[in-house]
Amino acid sequence: MLVRVEGVVKHFLIRSGLLRRVIGRVHAVDGVSLDIRRGETLGIVGETGCGKSTLARCIARLLDLTAGTIVFDGHEISRLSRRRMRPLRKGIQMIFQDPIGSLNPRRRIGSIIGDPFAIHHISRGEERKRQVQELMRLVGLNPEHYNRFPAEFSGGQRQRIGVARALALRPKLIIADEPVSALDVSIQAQILNLLTDLQNEFRLTYIFIAHDLSVVRHVSDRIAVMYLGKIVEVASVEELYARPRHPYTNALLSAVPVPDPDRADQRERVILVGDVPSPINPPSGCRFHPRCPKAQNLCTEVDPALEVKKDDRPGHVAACHFPVEVGEHLSRARAGIAQPDREAAADLSPETVEGAFHPKERA
Amino acid sequence: MSINPGVVSQRSAIRATEATDLEELGEAAAEIQGRSPWQLAWARLRQDRVAIGSSVVIILITLAAILAPLIARLVGHGLGDQYPYTALNGYGLPVGPSRTFLFGADDLGRDVLVRVAYGARVSLIAGVVASGLAVIVGGVVGMVAGYFGTVVDTALSRFMDVILSFPLLLFAIALVSIVGPSLGVTILVIAFFSWAVVGRIIRGQTLSLREKEFVEAARSLGASDLRIMFVDILPNLVAPLLVYTTLLIPASIVFEATLSFLGLGVVPPTPSWGNMLSDAEAYYKVAWWFIIFPGGALLLTTLAFNLLGDSVRDALDPRYARLFKA
Repeated sequence: MLVRVEGVVKHFLIRSGLLRRVIGRVHAVDGVSLDIRRGETLGIVGETGCGKSTLARCIARLLDLTAGTIVFDGHEISRLSRRRMRPLRKGIQMIFQDPIGSLNPRRRIGSIIGDPFAIHHISRGEERKRQVQELMRLVGLNPEHYNRFPAEFSGGQRQRIGVARALALRPKLIIADEPVSALDVSIQAQILNLLTDLQNEFRLTYIFIAHDLSVVRHVSDRIAVMYLGKIVEVASVEELYARPRHPYTNALLSAVPVPDPDRADQRERVILVGDVPSPINPPSGCRFHPRCPKAQNLCTEVDPALEVKKDDRPGHVAACHFPVEVGEHLSRARAGIAQPDREAAADLSPETVEGAFHPKERA
Repeated sequence: MSINPGVVSQRSAIRATEATDLEELGEAAAEIQGRSPWQLAWARLRQDRVAIGSSVVIILITLAAILAPLIARLVGHGLGDQYPYTALNGYGLPVGPSRTFLFGADDLGRDVLVRVAYGARVSLIAGVVASGLAVIVGGVVGMVAGYFGTVVDTALSRFMDVILSFPLLLFAIALVSIVGPSLGVTILVIAFFSWAVVGRIIRGQTLSLREKEFVEAARSLGASDLRIMFVDILPNLVAPLLVYTTLLIPASIVFEATLSFLGLGVVPPTPSWGNMLSDAEAYYKVAWWFIIFPGGALLLTTLAFNLLGDSVRDALDPRYARLFKA
C-alpha cells in the first residue's frame, strides 16, 4: 500500500461581510477513504465539481484537510507543516490539467524543468543542465530546446514539459489531474502512452483524474467514481465496466458515446434528471437520491456505506442501498419516494430506448 | 541585443509558406529561432518612432546634465558667477538671449543656459531615484499583500489607502518645515507619496498571478513562499513595474519642480527648474527667456518620459503585437 486515505474531509468556508463571518461551507470532499497500491493506476472519475481535483490536492498536500488522515509510504502526512512536508514532496508529484497555465510564461523551460533540482538543492550549473536535458530526452523533447520559452511549444509538448518536471525528483506517486483533457485526441494518445511507458520504466504509481471515461479505462487498473464529494463505487476496470453496481456509475457509463451507430441504438441510455445539487447544501442520506431512478425513502434518510455488495468480488465496493443487478433496466425504474414534485420531475424525463442492457466488453 | 536572426527567420518563414516541398519546409523551420518576450518587445520598441524620438530627447537631456560643467566652460560662465555689467542692462533688468548669453540671463546676472543644464541634474536625480524607490517599495509591499492575502493584505491595503488619501502638499510643507529642505528630503517625500500607487497595481496583479497553475506547480515541488514570489511571480511583474517606472519619472520630476517652486525642495543657489521658475515669476513680463527655458526643459523632459512610458507599455503588451510588422 503506497497511500492510505481515510475519512478525508475538505470544506471550503464561504465568508461574507466586513467581519468575514462564515455563512456557509462547500462540502468539496466529504469523507473519502481510499487505498492506493504500489505500482497501480487508480482512475478517479466524476462530473465537474464532484471534488476529484480537491481530493487530489489534499493528497498532494496543496490543501489543508478539514478532517481525516493520509498516510503516504508509511508517513502520516495529513498534519505535517509545510517545512516538514518538504522532503516528502519529492515522493509525490503532480501533472496539471492546463499545459499553458502550469508553465511560467516568463521563464525558459530549462529553468522550469530544473526547478525541482534547485528547490531541493540537488544539483546546480552544468550538472543540473545535464539532468534537465536527460529528462527532456526521456519525455521525447529535443534537449536543444533548453532555452526556449513555453509559448514556443505546442500543447502536447508543453504537457511533456510538465511530465518532465514531475519526473525530475523520481517520485513514487504521480497525481495527474486531467492531464490530457486540454489536448487534441491524437495528442492525448501520445501523452497517455508516454505516461504508461514511464510507469513501466520507473515503477510509478498514478492517481489519474479525468472526466473522460474512455481515457480512464485505457490507463487505469482500478477506478473510483465520485459524486458530490463522496466515492460511490470502486472496482477494477473490468469489474466496473462489466458490473457497475451504483446507479450513478450506470448512468455515467451509459453516457459514453459508442462509435457504432447500430450498437448505440440498442444500448440503454440512463438519463439523469435535474442538475447536480449544490455542494454547499448537499442532500440528506444518499447524495444521489434526488436524481436516482431507484431511490426509495430509505435513501433520503440513511447514507449508504461503501461496502462489498452480494455476488461482487472482494475489491469491488459500492455505496448504495439498492445496487443495480445485471440485466436490470434502470431507465424503467421508478423512484419510490413519496414526493409529488419528484413525480412531476420524473415525468419530464424523455422516454428512453428499450432494449437489453449490454455492458461493453473491455477492448 | 540583435534582431537579425529574427529578420532572417521571418524571411525563411515566408519562404516556407510558399514552399510546397516538405523538405524545404523542414529546413526553413530549423532556421527559425525562438525569441524571448523581451526580444519581441525590444523589436517592437525599435520600430516605434515616438519611442525613438523621446529616447533621443531623454539622452540629450541626460547628456546635458552630465556635461553641465563642460557647457559652463564652453560658454565661459560658471554656475554661481554673476555678470552685473554684461548680463544686466542699465535698469538692472536681465538681458535676453544673445551671443554671450544663449538663453539670456536671470535677475542676478547669471547665465540661464548653465543653470538649466545644472537644473537637469536635480530633475533627473529626483525623478529617477524617487521613482526607483517608489517602485521598489511599492513592488515589494504590493507583492507581499497580494501573495499572502488575508490579514496581511487587509493591513497593507488600508495603509496604502491612508497614504493615497493624504493631502500631500500640506504634508510636504509640514515635513520640510521640521527637517529643513534638501534634495534628499525632496526625494523621500516624492517616493513616500508615489509607492502606494505602484503597490496597489502590483497587489492586484499578484492576486491574479498567485492563482495560476504554475504557482501551484511550484508549491507542489516544495518551493518556499520567498522563492515563489521572486522566481515565479516577479518575472511576470517586470512589465508593469517597468511601465510604472517610466511613467513615475515625469510625475516625480514635476513633483520636485513643484516643491522647489514653493521653496520646499532644492535650496538656492543650487539651480532646479522649479526654483528657477519661482525666481522668474516676478520677471516674466520683461524677461520671457527666464521662464521659457526652464519651463520648456521641464515640459520637454516630462513629455519625453511620458511618451516613452506609453511606448514601453504598448511594446510589452502582446495584444499590440499585431499592430506592428514584428
